[in-house]
Amino acid sequence: MRHTISALVENKFGVLARVAGMFSGRGFNIDTLNVGPTHDPKYSRITITLRAQEHALDMAIKQLDRLINVIDITHFGQRNAFVARELVMLKVSASGDTRSKVIEVCDIFRAKVIDVTPVAIIIECTGNENKIRAFLELITPFGILELARTGNVALLRGAPAETEED
Amino acid sequence: MKTESVVNFPPQDEKGPAMKGADILVACLEREGVDVVFAYPGGASMELHQALTRSSKIRTILPRHEQGGGFMAHGFARATGKAGVCMATSGPGATNLVTCIADAYMDSIPLVAITGQVYQEFIGKSAFQETDFFGMTLPIVKHSFLVLTAEELPVIVKKAFEIATTGRPGPVVIDIPKDVQQKIWEPIFPSKVEIPGMREMPQASDAELIEVLQKLEKSKQPALYTGGGIISAEATPELREFAELTGVPVASTLMGLGAFPADHHQSLYWFGMHGTVAGNWAVCDSDLLITLGARFDDRITGTVSKFAPDAHIVHFDIDQSEFNKNKFAHQTVFTDVKYALTRMIQLIKAGHFKKPDLSAWFKTIDTWKQEHPYPFHYKESKYILPQQAIETLFEVTKGDAIISTGVGQHQMWAPQYYRFGEPRRFISSLGLGTMGFGYPAALGAQVAFPDKLVVDIDGDGSFLMNVQEMATAKIEKINAKILLLNNQHLGMVVQWEDRFYDGCRGHTILGDPTNIGGPDNLEAIYPDYVTVAKGFGIQAKRVHRKEDLRAAIEEMVNSDGPYLLDVIVPYTEHVLPFIPQKMSAKEILTD
Repeated sequence: MRHTISALVENKFGVLARVAGMFSGRGFNIDTLNVGPTHDPKYSRITITLRAQEHALDMAIKQLDRLINVIDITHFGQRNAFVARELVMLKVSASGDTRSKVIEVCDIFRAKVIDVTPVAIIIECTGNENKIRAFLELITPFGILELARTGNVALLRGAPAETEED
Repeated sequence: MKTESVVNFPPQDEKGPAMKGADILVACLEREGVDVVFAYPGGASMELHQALTRSSKIRTILPRHEQGGGFMAHGFARATGKAGVCMATSGPGATNLVTCIADAYMDSIPLVAITGQVYQEFIGKSAFQETDFFGMTLPIVKHSFLVLTAEELPVIVKKAFEIATTGRPGPVVIDIPKDVQQKIWEPIFPSKVEIPGMREMPQASDAELIEVLQKLEKSKQPALYTGGGIISAEATPELREFAELTGVPVASTLMGLGAFPADHHQSLYWFGMHGTVAGNWAVCDSDLLITLGARFDDRITGTVSKFAPDAHIVHFDIDQSEFNKNKFAHQTVFTDVKYALTRMIQLIKAGHFKKPDLSAWFKTIDTWKQEHPYPFHYKESKYILPQQAIETLFEVTKGDAIISTGVGQHQMWAPQYYRFGEPRRFISSLGLGTMGFGYPAALGAQVAFPDKLVVDIDGDGSFLMNVQEMATAKIEKINAKILLLNNQHLGMVVQWEDRFYDGCRGHTILGDPTNIGGPDNLEAIYPDYVTVAKGFGIQAKRVHRKEDLRAAIEEMVNSDGPYLLDVIVPYTEHVLPFIPQKMSAKEILTD
């Protein structure tokens, strides 16, 4: 099963290596990983999505929690309401005749064209996992030349997150 | 260039005069109460050594290999409960500490490993003796620091000691580039540090503890399973009182040895692969297993599904990540175990507990103890047997010595035949199982307790791995003894070869395989440890006749310097009892 985990960590060098190592050392393959400082520059938030067995992942999360640089961990799941988004940037082959068709698809998904050249355009699309998947399905036939994605970022809904046990 | 520590109340940060980073480090160590460091110098750490020569409070002991220094610091920490400090230069000096750090991590020992690093301008450039030690040690440290901003050094050192010794202890690395060691500034020594990721010491709620006591009241065959957490938490008196108030039998891990007296009626001593029959069977048949500061290691559980299969398991631990890791626990109690025991004792005394009638349970246990007595019976031989040598050492020293071991058969025989009644007396590499651990660990313990008898019970394979530390013992006048059980083989692997591989020797003979030494072929014994020891200037004697054993051990114990007693024993003995892997406690082998 696919899981989304977020760790609030101290914004220091080596912290990402510790967190990533906690997963790699236990044989997990990380699907997506996003890191950035929070509104308080002392802290960063690391968001990870991966596929794992529930029990093995629970163990890894508890061991993650032992790391001195890790302040708090949230395992987004069915017990807590959360919103998750991902940003994808893709360069699509689009010359004169296909360009308008590509833009049509973009409009439907509220994706933005952020760069245009005679042979290709760069599109920015934000959304949850399902939307991104559907968008990519429709765009693929036009010819994706390059793609970069942020991986999921996620937050709990409502009042500021308290420590989640699960 | 040292500062006098200023006593302020309430504590305030203290500003020191301008000095080199290396001197600031030493001043920080002094403020942490460090009185000995085990340190091997090199290009990237010689500044630190120069500063150490200026300290009147810190004794610097030069090991003859960084790994020896790391294990000395480990032995020091095990014997005292304080953080042990070892130091090495960059690159190979640091990599030689890796095994020590991994060992301390596995056994949850407070070890502070300080390493020199190349100048910051050379980091990442494959400079001479450069290794990314911070990166290399990430999976085996409780925490680590690479000091990139010199001014942060005092805060980092204070954090390192706090992290190493608080909660579940563990190793902390401080990697210090040479430019930080050489920079001159006016340090600020913090009175306290904030570590946002460190949790408060957890304390069980009364409701949780009362629930445990109620289960205990109703149980018919309960057992306590006690681990190294009792020792780390200094909860020995509380464990003893709790056990006596409840009347529950106590089975320990090797890490927890000594927390409960071996000869107490409720004692099952230690259990696991080579533990007592009664201990293993009592845990296996228990209906309530109360686990205190232990981690269900595979050498304890064997096949997990067959481990205490009918027991309701309650697991007390200070580390939540141990819960349900190896074995499912029906109730988990996230707590400082010393607090939990103290509070349960109060609750019992306040009348919240009715002692269960365990007479039928003890009748069964006592029958097991009679049928399979402890210490385990071994068949006499015309030669000195390793078991007998340890038993004699126990008798001669009246059980009042600190014992360290290497890894292998002797490591199991030592706690079988040397019965520990006090904590911090059995010092052994139990999680990582590092050969060569015993002798340097004994030296570290001896440095901590110069007036106490410290004996490394070692095998010839293990001892040879850090044999160079005899030089440290001689020069530093560290009097720890070596009881060398010399069987010319890697005995534990030989035992497994005998049992599971038709006795095929896969490189387990330590001497000449065409002329194997032993009690019946003394000429062929290799190497000659007595000569080796004498080369180091250490008193040594060989003993191979049974009738000479006791006098030889007495001479060793009563000698006033370091001493090696080379005891020639046959390699044919097997450690028993023995629960082979994948078997249950009930399938324990006793012959």
